[in-house]
Amino acid sequence: MHELSLAQNIVEIIHQHVAENDLPDVVSVKILVGECSGIVAESLAFSFSALVNETLLRNARLIIQKNPFAVYCNTCKQKSSNEWGMNLCVWCGSTDCEILSGTEMHIVEIAMNETANEIV
Amino acid sequence: MSVITIERKLLEKNDERAKQNRELFLKNNIFVINIISSPGSGKTSVLEKSLEYFNGKISVSVIEGDVQTDCDAQRIARYQVPVVQIVTRGGCHLEANLIAEASKNISLETTDVLVIENVGNLVCPAAYDLGEAMKIVVVSVTEGEDKPLKYPAIFRNASVLLINKTDLLPHLHFDLNVLKKNALSINPKLVMFETSCVNNTGISAWCEWLRSNIVKQ
Repeated sequence: MHELSLAQNIVEIIHQHVAENDLPDVVSVKILVGECSGIVAESLAFSFSALVNETLLRNARLIIQKNPFAVYCNTCKQKSSNEWGMNLCVWCGSTDCEILSGTEMHIVEIAMNETANEIV
Repeated sequence: MSVITIERKLLEKNDERAKQNRELFLKNNIFVINIISSPGSGKTSVLEKSLEYFNGKISVSVIEGDVQTDCDAQRIARYQVPVVQIVTRGGCHLEANLIAEASKNISLETTDVLVIENVGNLVCPAAYDLGEAMKIVVVSVTEGEDKPLKYPAIFRNASVLLINKTDLLPHLHFDLNVLKKNALSINPKLVMFETSCVNNTGISAWCEWLRSNIVKQ
């Protein structure tokens, strides 16, 4: 259920960025979400679409790029990935691992339609 | 079409407020724990037993988070400790700005430990830093051994796992070792205690560990 709160954060950050930089029509917002970040992508996309209605971002589509969960093993010095978010090296079975990715959630980029400017 | 890179965290606003909370707590030498569990795992009961154990030797203040009612604040107030109730009215987790506001109603100068009891939920509270020194996750033995695997984020972010309601073990098909193994597979650094608020098992071990960490800070 915190997807609505996260979507509000995205909308606020983009609104602020658009206003500060006087940007044209935003057509997409790309975010990176770790597969073990606890976010339901569909809920986040739904919340985003509901929030941007009748705002500057009404034409914006939320693109959610998922990042796999990956760890670095301090024992065998190899990287590995598992979809369950376990702190476990799949190569040697060690649990002495550092998380490399899969828990993040941040905005990556926005795309804008500059057609209006090009015509001018 | 043009593209602009914006590297910004989704929770940057909350994280910034949490940082301010943490600075405020450190400045006042307050050790803050954020207790998280499913509804009904026994967060409030463990807190009550801990308050009984400390019996005023450590100055504890409490922030209670609930979707509705001030039942928990009433329970805690019986122990003569300062308590502030946050009612989220539907919100599934506490956020750092709520803690900043609630902290204004707590005497920071006279508090050694601030306990934040989060809304009963194993999912959303895991993502929100409140400015605490550590997250404590509580799982009761009636919930099954698979909870760490099903809700990894909170087990990854917590420092301590309290395995509660162990007095019920004789009545359950529950393997304590499997729960521990699952929890450690998500977070090998988890410190674990087995507790029962019915027969007080493990409460002193947990409280003494907490006390030693307050001193360390």
